[in-house]
Amino acid sequence: MQVLLLFAGMESSGGDSSEIVRELEDLKLQKAEIEHRISALEAKLQETAAVERCDAVSNGHSSPTSPAFEHGLDHGLSPDQIYRYSRQLLLPSFGVEGQSNLLKSSVLVIGAGGLGSPALLYLAACGLGRLGIIDHDVVELNNMHRQIIHTEAFIGHPKVKSAAAACRSVNSTIEIDEYVEALRTSNALEILSQYDIIVDATDNPPSRYMISDCCVLLGKSLSESIDECFVKQPLVSGAALGMDGQLTVYNHKGGPCYRCLFPTPPPTTACQRCSDSGVLGVVPGVIGCLQALETIKLASKVGEPLSERMLLFDALSARIRIVKIRGKSAQCTVCGDNSSFSKQLFKDFDYEDFTQFPLSAGPLKLLPAESRISSKEFKEILQKKEGHVLLDVRPSHHYKIVSLPDSLNIPFANLEARLNELTSALKEKEDGHVNTGSCTNPSVYVVCRRGNDSQRAVQYLRESGFDSAKDIVGGLEAWATDVNPNFPTY
Amino acid sequence: MQLTLEFGGGLELLCDSEKIHKVNVDLPNGEDDLTMKHLLSWVRTNVIKERPEMFMKGDTVRPGVLVLVNDCDWELSGQLDTTIEDKDVIVFISTLHGG
Ligand SMILES: [Zn+2]
Repeated sequence: MQVLLLFAGMESSGGDSSEIVRELEDLKLQKAEIEHRISALEAKLQETAAVERCDAVSNGHSSPTSPAFEHGLDHGLSPDQIYRYSRQLLLPSFGVEGQSNLLKSSVLVIGAGGLGSPALLYLAACGLGRLGIIDHDVVELNNMHRQIIHTEAFIGHPKVKSAAAACRSVNSTIEIDEYVEALRTSNALEILSQYDIIVDATDNPPSRYMISDCCVLLGKSLSESIDECFVKQPLVSGAALGMDGQLTVYNHKGGPCYRCLFPTPPPTTACQRCSDSGVLGVVPGVIGCLQALETIKLASKVGEPLSERMLLFDALSARIRIVKIRGKSAQCTVCGDNSSFSKQLFKDFDYEDFTQFPLSAGPLKLLPAESRISSKEFKEILQKKEGHVLLDVRPSHHYKIVSLPDSLNIPFANLEARLNELTSALKEKEDGHVNTGSCTNPSVYVVCRRGNDSQRAVQYLRESGFDSAKDIVGGLEAWATDVNPNFPTY
Repeated sequence: MQLTLEFGGGLELLCDSEKIHKVNVDLPNGEDDLTMKHLLSWVRTNVIKERPEMFMKGDTVRPGVLVLVNDCDWELSGQLDTTIEDKDVIVFISTLHGG
């Protein structure tokens, strides 16, 4: 009786856990909203308090002059701003002129990820006039190691909301624009035109070409309207992967644009993503900080921008190299002397096709249905103890993170050279079956992380005479979703 | 002549993950100068261990690779016609896109 009760108790507590998760998520969302409201109210309070103080100082003056003017401050900084930014004002090479320029400037940060996180925090803290944030992604647990602007409470929520809340909590006195959307050729001109400086903190080639082209076009229209041939929209571009980082400023006063440097996109195989190749969190952090620094220099008009130069950061060897790169190319198809690139051409340009880098890649479909099985079907094969060899074609450092039991790891890149290992594994299974009296030949099932390399492997194996080879659709990610939710994903 | 070759941004993976290579390159027969054009084909034969298509396309580097001769973009020194001298440092960097 007691045992039964205990069992019933466990059952109901199991049912409760999803309830708890739901309630937790609900509370976290409410918490985020409350934090947002608090920082908005704090900003309002500061403004009101500043006005009241000025009223007290002006002592009966009825004219609505600016608080700064009342103090005889022609740089335009309020008493609160003087106190908040005092450590920058005290810098002779920056000073009140630098701060005043900064407060009048606007910056758009594209991407609130590994690069954008520290860049946004420093840009919010330093006292820009207006800060825009654009990103279409939501915060995920596997972002947290590098995207330090986000907190656990925002997992599952838009990165822009999370980043904006963090920026407001650092500095409630600056204006922050939120764009929870992807940057596209249809909205880029409109959005980027509202800012003085653009920070490219994205993670893929099509976005990088699109942003650079857009900055060149907006620079052109600026120079036409202001009648000053050097006015351009500078682009502070950073990138990081693995243990390496790169940084430069494009499109600045006769300097090159992204296309001057890279007129032809690299092959897709040379474009690794952090989600595939990995990245040490602090590496984009370093580059993101340097992006903030270059942006602050441009906005405050101090120092020498990193234009026509590129910073190369090698974290593993602890080396930073700054190299001289080419200037603007007269032959550049976008910023060159004879370029006919226009806003209309930009709007119609297919950057994903140009770079052969699809941003929303559907699953690869290389194999006919009969060469594939689902993860659920593979589970049945395991349960029935059907003779087989499970071949895992992920790189070995992936295999070390997690793997299915009783699997053979031959990375796809080495498959051709190590085919004999698969042959002998099959032979072993066959011999085992002769002993147990089974007469079916063992099959080869191929698995990888997401189900793309496994298809390529099966295609190769079938061409090489392994007619029974089949791939497990969707790889280990599908196994975790459809068969075993406790199986670790990464 | 003695040269230092450096590979970065992932290109080191094409040569046993070694980033720095101190090498001795002889002048091509009957020539007075070593050009980048000759050095590239020498590197391809003697240094690159796998996937040469990730390093070169035709007789030059593939798109997305920056070549720096003594910390200076080779576009500024004549690309393939750049003349290499003893003790020069030549860096090959693959552009990164991640963030
Ligand atoms: Zn250009």
